[in-house]
Amino acid sequence: MKPLLLSAILLALSAQAYADDVTLAEVHLKANNTWMLVSIILVFIMHLGFATLESGLTRSKNTVNILFKNTGVLAIGLLTYALCGFNLMYPGFIDGRDATAVAEAGTAGNEWFGFAGWGIEPPEGYDPLTYADGNYTYWTDFLFQAMFAATAATIVSGAVAERIKLSGFLLFSVVFVGFVYPWMGSWKWGFGWLHDRGFHDFAGSTLVHSVGGWGALAGVIVLGPRIGKYIGGSVKPIMGHSLPLAAIGVFLLWFGWYGFNGGSVLSADPEAVSKVFVTTTLSAAAGVMTAILMSWLVSRKPDLTMALNGALAGLVGVTASADVVSVSSAIVIGMVSGVIVIFGVPLFDRLRLDDPVGALSVHLLCGIWGTLAVGIFAPDQASFAIQLLGVVAYGAASFTCALGLFFLLKITVGIRVSEEEELIGLDIGEHGMEAYNGFQIFLTQ
Amino acid sequence: MKLIIAYIQPHRLNAVKQALFEKEVVKMSVTTALGCGQQMGYHETYRGAGIEVNLLKKIRIEIAVTEPYVQTTIDAIISGARTGKIGDGKIFVTELTDCIRIRTGETGDDAVG
Repeated sequence: MKPLLLSAILLALSAQAYADDVTLAEVHLKANNTWMLVSIILVFIMHLGFATLESGLTRSKNTVNILFKNTGVLAIGLLTYALCGFNLMYPGFIDGRDATAVAEAGTAGNEWFGFAGWGIEPPEGYDPLTYADGNYTYWTDFLFQAMFAATAATIVSGAVAERIKLSGFLLFSVVFVGFVYPWMGSWKWGFGWLHDRGFHDFAGSTLVHSVGGWGALAGVIVLGPRIGKYIGGSVKPIMGHSLPLAAIGVFLLWFGWYGFNGGSVLSADPEAVSKVFVTTTLSAAAGVMTAILMSWLVSRKPDLTMALNGALAGLVGVTASADVVSVSSAIVIGMVSGVIVIFGVPLFDRLRLDDPVGALSVHLLCGIWGTLAVGIFAPDQASFAIQLLGVVAYGAASFTCALGLFFLLKITVGIRVSEEEELIGLDIGEHGMEAYNGFQIFLTQ
Repeated sequence: MKLIIAYIQPHRLNAVKQALFEKEVVKMSVTTALGCGQQMGYHETYRGAGIEVNLLKKIRIEIAVTEPYVQTTIDAIISGARTGKIGDGKIFVTELTDCIRIRTGETGDDAVG
């Protein structure tokens, strides 16, 4: 009896103390901010997913180079985002759909470029309890977006693998992640002109994946195919060296996607986050299933790399709409994404666009599909026309910038390694190092 | 009958096979080998320290041919493997006293061809 009474008193006292010290807004901020920090960690691990996936799908003689690029791009992405990216992406545009705010600010709500200054510093009168509706702190806001920024350039890394010069790629990444990605991101997430027109892209099918995909397409066009990929009229597959690594990469990416999409709710709202988890998961699963079925039908034997790409396709596809579509729509979006990948890979090969890891099919094509799917499956959120406008605007801007950038690098520092280096492998050529020292690996292509 | 043994750069194997195929030399054994010649290896670095790697990865091709095919085969290997750079490899030609096809028991030129 006594201990029970004692604990009851203690409980009452501690509850009293808690109520005195902590307001409801503070509890709200603590809970939400914790989830956002977890999301940051989840998106961070996606970079390991990209690194292992790209390593696995390329030859062992280029593994050090791939891992090096992924390491470098992450650091470049985070630092440039702190230097200028964050303030380019969120320059303080007025939400054009808020008529009073627009009238007060005297703007048309049609902004397309803005810059809030170098470096990161909380805005004047910063109060964590009111910033972002008290859902997360300024610092969380910055780092969550910074993790996203680095993924856009990582997408390019896989498509241009096995032949791009390290220096050229790193310089490209600095400009692409530091300026191009955040500038275009401001059109939607920074309340710019596309946001004002009602464009919907929940977590970045277009803003992250297509933008990266267009950059990759520009790189692939400027670089040309790897030696030995297209001989005469036929396509010679160049097999990846480790399917276990590729599988680990895809599972890590899927794992991280819970932060990528789940965190994009921008709060820990139980209903919204759980729903996003479900749409994201089922779309990925549907992508796997159609990719398996289609590859079984088309190439007689089910192809593991296609099944893995199918998972990513479903994830990219549902990223634009995870918060607004029904469960059944999410499954359909994933199914279509899986089919797109199966036909996308040979399509790019027919066009002589050599993409070692399938980034063009996964990120570019499924990113476009996912964005348009919002207009199809959630027309009350955004019309098909406005989604198409977004796809075209982002495509034109991203592709043009990346193409210009790659051409500029081609005529200055050069972007392709020598034929000899490509044959020996970029690991020895660029880094003077082997990935699998002590193993006898012989490559004859 | 001659036995032709060639050591070539691994990445030239496809070109050599192609050149041999065009001259209708389609039977060969290919093994991987480590070796060094004039090239004397290459340089790697690991965590800042230099390493001399002097045994290089090479491909060893063995082809048994009848007399009329000796020069053709040698020329084809050279046309596929030659880049003009150090490390292109070497070809050894030796007499072959006999050859027996296990399945049929044929010997000599019949077994080689």
